[in-house]
Amino acid sequence: MSTMAVPDVAVAPVDEGFWNRNRKVGLVLLALGLIAAVLFGALATDQRARFTLSEDAAGAALEINGTFGAILFGVVALAAGAALLAGLPKRWFLTVLGVGLVAFVFSFLCWQVSAAPAGQNFMPLVNIIRGTFILALPLIFGALAGVLCERSGVVNVAIEGQLLMGAFSGALFGSISGNVWVGLVAAAIGGAFISLLLAIFSIRYLVDQVVMGIVLNLLAVGVTGFLYERLMQTNTERYNSAPRFSNWEIPLLKDIPVIGPALFRGNIFLYLGLLLVLVIHIALFRTRWGLRTRSVGEHPTAADTLGVRVLGLRYRNVLLAGVVAGIGGASYTLALYSFTKNMIGGKGFIALAALIFGRWNPTGALLAALFFGFADQLATYLSTINSVIPSQFLAMLPYLATILAVAGLVGRVRAPAADGKPYVKG
Amino acid sequence: MSERQRSGSPDKDPASEAQAAQDSLGNTERAEDATTPEAAPATGGTEPKPTLGRLFLENLWAANTVTVTVLSLVLAIVVGAILMIISDPDVLSTYSYITARPSDALNSSWTLVSEAYANLFKGAIFDPEAFSGWLDGSNGWQAVLAPISETLTYTAPLVFTGLSVALAFRGGLFNIGAQGQATIGVVLAALAGFLLPLPPGLHLLVALLAGALGGAIWGFIPGILKARTGAHEVINTIMLNYIATYFLTWLIVQNGVQDPNRTDAISRPVDPSAQLPRLLGDNLRVHAGILLAVLATWAVAWLLNRSTLGFELRAVGANPDAARTAGISVTRTYVLIMVFAGLLAGLGGSNMVLGSTASALTPLVVAQIGFDGILVALLGRVKPWGVALAALLFGALQAGGNRMQSYSGISLELVTVLQALIVIFIAAPALVKAIFQLRAARAARLQTSLAKGW
Repeated sequence: MSTMAVPDVAVAPVDEGFWNRNRKVGLVLLALGLIAAVLFGALATDQRARFTLSEDAAGAALEINGTFGAILFGVVALAAGAALLAGLPKRWFLTVLGVGLVAFVFSFLCWQVSAAPAGQNFMPLVNIIRGTFILALPLIFGALAGVLCERSGVVNVAIEGQLLMGAFSGALFGSISGNVWVGLVAAAIGGAFISLLLAIFSIRYLVDQVVMGIVLNLLAVGVTGFLYERLMQTNTERYNSAPRFSNWEIPLLKDIPVIGPALFRGNIFLYLGLLLVLVIHIALFRTRWGLRTRSVGEHPTAADTLGVRVLGLRYRNVLLAGVVAGIGGASYTLALYSFTKNMIGGKGFIALAALIFGRWNPTGALLAALFFGFADQLATYLSTINSVIPSQFLAMLPYLATILAVAGLVGRVRAPAADGKPYVKG
Repeated sequence: MSERQRSGSPDKDPASEAQAAQDSLGNTERAEDATTPEAAPATGGTEPKPTLGRLFLENLWAANTVTVTVLSLVLAIVVGAILMIISDPDVLSTYSYITARPSDALNSSWTLVSEAYANLFKGAIFDPEAFSGWLDGSNGWQAVLAPISETLTYTAPLVFTGLSVALAFRGGLFNIGAQGQATIGVVLAALAGFLLPLPPGLHLLVALLAGALGGAIWGFIPGILKARTGAHEVINTIMLNYIATYFLTWLIVQNGVQDPNRTDAISRPVDPSAQLPRLLGDNLRVHAGILLAVLATWAVAWLLNRSTLGFELRAVGANPDAARTAGISVTRTYVLIMVFAGLLAGLGGSNMVLGSTASALTPLVVAQIGFDGILVALLGRVKPWGVALAALLFGALQAGGNRMQSYSGISLELVTVLQALIVIFIAAPALVKAIFQLRAARAARLQTSLAKGW
């Protein structure tokens, strides 16, 4: 990715000739739309596909005939692809691409919902949206931890370990003290502990950051798994029964249809995660700290010349990343489940994918995390209606999407220039 | 000789870890990285020639690769002991009155830790009770060899995945995807193992080749993406690991693959004709995989140090620009590196299902061999024979960890902690040097040869 590390590879052709990026994407979208209109349309049944605005089959719903809906949305996707292929002005690219992809997803849903067993031809939108956000939460925190680290030039592959250590220490100290807030602080410290190791070894001892991240993940799995078996399994009552944050209902907002029950009756982590995206985005692009962070990540020598303390800033940001990821880990143990061995189960790596897919940008990472969370939630939903689509293939989606993104098929992604390069003053 | 070695880059180092260790023992005397003032006079050359014994002692306390490795092991064991003590409420309670009766705390800690580590040793290398039992005839000779057999069983797949990661490292690529390559390898090896009706011997060969092919395909993808689009192999191999895992969990429950007599996620067993033969009878688990591992180590050593491809690979790893200027096709080399790395990891995966560890596919059939392979490669200083020795150490820790878990009740996770700590310490020789007040570090080359950005 970094042209510094791999200067020899052929750079993907950028807007040269007829087949520029817009047209290529348009062609792919056209093909998707064709698949949707023909294949999904043929497979869908004449049942009505209902998208209910509640948590069950009852209440108001958006309804559409299955076959008709699948074909209609497929044609919309096809049209969007054709528009891109015809050479639409660049500023329309993202909008049209978004419309096309959403239409493709709806076409797919029309097929799936209408083909579900009788009596289950509905999709409760509240559940889907809420589930999407809940599943995306650790990804959001993890990806933000990645943004903080990598924008200042330290590769953070240890997100998994930070989340896990946060979840563990949140559960442990929350249980011992019986206080959620103590647990939250402990979780932040736990995440920061892994970060501290990452910072010391990669900044002070110049160990390769990717190597260090991988090893720290294993260390976190080992330490938490070991202490889990020694402490939590022998005395669950004392060490693994942390109190949980209750749901906070936000007045007024909670009464908005669909969105209200889905988002504004959640727990503190949901609000905190969304708030952090906003804060970090503004801080990164509008404040002095943000400018310095970005300059340290892009060109540390220049930043140093201008009097920015490169190493100090890197230490601070890596520790901050650990705090954020640690809180993300606590979103499991202080809100949803009690701690189990290796409970993060690869979410840290999807968070890394979300970070890359979101182009090292807090808002982009949020959108990527939501997309991945939606794929996850959809897999759960489809398995409840006995879909023919294997849930494993939907689970692969985030990883496939990231490979495509990195390979430059969805527009090139570029890491901060100094990401992963230790800075030695000299 | 030491002059020649001193100027050499890591790539020119000899393949044999033993020889490398010997050289570095001879070298640290003149170590160039003289960060401590005490080391400075030694480089001057005006000193009278020291005696052999003094030289030996000095080298022992200089920070060369062997010393750092041994001391890392010691540090990891100490941290492991601390973890054991703080996680045992009974022992910990004796510390509350340590000022009044320190002997209680020390005794209980010592009993806990020494028993655990003694079981680790007995499970990995040698059990005196089994030996005395063999002498007085209460158990057979197999019991004496059982720990070694277990160690070698765990070692074999780690050698393959370690070599996979090490080979890619030497070519300047970080193959985090050994796990995924091993997963696809295990899938194809198992499919060939129970779907193809072939005679013994040929069947095993075909199954092994299928595993290697699976790994090679999975390695080819990030290789070609790196060569064609510049997509970073670290990201792509991480993603491919998960895709491979989901593919495995999907495949297991398909008709024709799932064991018809079972409802849980397990495939049909591999035919006996496709299984690696056991070396020491049916009671001991060690199988021919360890011989293949030695063969693979030799082959990789030959490939790296004696073949044209190996030369090109090391040249690309050292400096892609210079290599391209010299007429080496960097893109082709990248693809080949990843194909070979995948092939090795795929063979490692085959070991997991064709050997004695398991005979059918389950979601966890490949265990952690891919990630452990990364640690093994680093611990082995990315040299083939070093990797083999590191895999032996990790295999021993695994085998001993099993016994430690069942006899001392110390969770197997401690082994993961020990492995991670060992690698953390050897990756930061400067830290080990500082802790033990060692003299000049030469071993600092590990991170300098690996550090690069995304």
